[in-house]
Amino acid sequence: MLKIKNLHAQVEDKDILKGIDLEIKAGEIHAIMGPNGSGKSTLASVITGKEEYEMTEGKILFENEDLDEVSPEERAHKGIFMSFQYPIEIPGITTTNFIKTAINETRKAKGENDMPAKDMLKMLREKCDLLDIDQKFLSRSINEGFSGGEKKRNEIFQMAMLEPKLAILDETDSGLDIDALKIVANGVNKLKSEDNAVMVITHYQRLLDHIVPDYVHVLFDGKIVKSGGKELAFELEKKGYDWIKEEIK
Amino acid sequence: MFQLKEKLLSSFIAFEDQKDIDSYVHGIRTKAIKNFEKEGFPTKKLENWKYTSLKKTLNQDYKLFPTATEALEFKDIKDFLIDDIESYKIIFVDGKYCSHLSETTHEGMDICILSSALSQSKYDLLIENYFDKISKKDGITSLNTAFSSEGSYIHIPKNVQVDKPIQVVYFSTGKNESVLHQPRNLIVVDENSQVEIIERHQSLSDNRILVNSVSEIYCNQRSIVQHYKIQDDNRNASLIDNTFVSQQKNSDYTLHTFSFGGELTRNNLSIFQNDERIESTIKGITIIGENQHVDHNTLIHHKKPNCNSYQDYKGIFGENSVGVFNGQVLVEKEAQKTNAFQANNNVLISDKATINTKPQLEIFADDVKCSHGCTVGQLDKNALFYLRSRGIPEKEATALLMYGFANKVLSSVNIPEVKTRVNNIIADKLGVKMGFDI
Repeated sequence: MLKIKNLHAQVEDKDILKGIDLEIKAGEIHAIMGPNGSGKSTLASVITGKEEYEMTEGKILFENEDLDEVSPEERAHKGIFMSFQYPIEIPGITTTNFIKTAINETRKAKGENDMPAKDMLKMLREKCDLLDIDQKFLSRSINEGFSGGEKKRNEIFQMAMLEPKLAILDETDSGLDIDALKIVANGVNKLKSEDNAVMVITHYQRLLDHIVPDYVHVLFDGKIVKSGGKELAFELEKKGYDWIKEEIK
Repeated sequence: MFQLKEKLLSSFIAFEDQKDIDSYVHGIRTKAIKNFEKEGFPTKKLENWKYTSLKKTLNQDYKLFPTATEALEFKDIKDFLIDDIESYKIIFVDGKYCSHLSETTHEGMDICILSSALSQSKYDLLIENYFDKISKKDGITSLNTAFSSEGSYIHIPKNVQVDKPIQVVYFSTGKNESVLHQPRNLIVVDENSQVEIIERHQSLSDNRILVNSVSEIYCNQRSIVQHYKIQDDNRNASLIDNTFVSQQKNSDYTLHTFSFGGELTRNNLSIFQNDERIESTIKGITIIGENQHVDHNTLIHHKKPNCNSYQDYKGIFGENSVGVFNGQVLVEKEAQKTNAFQANNNVLISDKATINTKPQLEIFADDVKCSHGCTVGQLDKNALFYLRSRGIPEKEATALLMYGFANKVLSSVNIPEVKTRVNNIIADKLGVKMGFDI
């Protein structure tokens, strides 16, 4: 589904990613771990097409299509979704209207008609139940005045509504207490299928107790320095990142 | 400018000749023309007009009294009314009241026209009590007073909740001529009464139109007045709107001004809080482009204790447009426990657009809460990316953000059809179709 080859990227002329190779297949869950500043969030931003991030070398292929020059909205239409580390507050637009617009714009891009209002309502209700969200929450302006946990839950709600092929969860666990973490993880697991894939970016092991990865990659100084199964996450949790730093010297 | 002034002065005698010389307003008009002669049109030298020049607008050979044209039909004006609600309608075409398009009443209240109020003796007392009592004595208002003869006259006696909104709409057909219109509204809402008024000026031709309008609004004790101004005229029309509001104890006045059209629009708004426990809310959405110019000049005068005022003006400025916000809040020494809030937020979507914003707080009381904030900015890039990352294309995302920005102002609009109409105009202005109902 996603193939990253020798990816180099810059932000404001500073090299952040220095040659990343990664392949994610449908049905897989990949965890990207690493210390602060290793390039985890940059990787997520480059895949979703944030303009300030410049790809200087390499390729990102999504379902065998080169994403170079593809706009963020087109990537979303193809099925790429990112749960933001810091979701944005947007006053004056309700979450319902936002998500309706997002769904119908995606359908429009695929040449489909708007989703009938009845189906939309049903879906909104179902996904609210799935993530234990009070429907009143949807008539509030996007993320405005939300707690950290509410914002993250809103991200996963949007993911549930948009049903992406590839979901990138950028530090979704930060700011969540253990109950909220379980709800979010449970939501992600229920949405998981053989046809979609998840990329979990995290510092810590604790989210991976609930969203169990097939592969764990350790990112350090813009490169993947170690890959393994879920046991690698346990090892990191126990030994910290210094161990990796020692190993690659 | 001078030519127009001379023309106005010399035509005054002829104008007055047709009116009843003995009437009460004759004295007022005569005084007003003298005042206009002295003050003239405002220039940029005046502090309040620093950012708005009338030079180009006034440099036209305006016809002062439009010639009557063929009657309009409902289909000609339908688009400019909020036509999907029951309402009273006071419709003027080229300065003349148009009875077949209007729906007025004298049953239990007066929703009618000023010319009849000025000419019938049963209205004398009301006219003497209210006419030209709160309007400013500057050049532009005096000019309107001097020629004041027609407009809406609305008197709601006490304990009446008017059953449906009142639409006051002035059309100008201006077939082959540039015309100066000077409508005059007098609105008196007595104790414990409630009314909603929607006001609009609309040109139906491409000729140059200038409207110099004056409204005096009296909100007596415990009255509630909701007032909407929809300013979406065509590009050859300019408007100077002078609105004066006098509020008594426990009254509540709310004005929403939606400024989207016209070449030059200047809103002079003065609100006088004459007693305690008064609420005044004034809000505005301005979305303009091309060479449009919109100037909001507001005054809220707090004279007595325990009153609130709330101002929220938002503007989106594209292309070469110019916006001005000059908000004066005056809190007198006696007006303790005043809460006065003022916000003016602007987004510039073009490098060539300009906004001049100037809050003016003059506070002489020491136990008050007054706040103000002006912002000028561009759209938040991170917010734009957030929307795009969910599949909303850049253009739609931009419009959605602007809609969200302006939307807060709409939350206090109580007539859903007005909200829908304004929302549609906004969507249209921003060049998108909103994928949801409000």
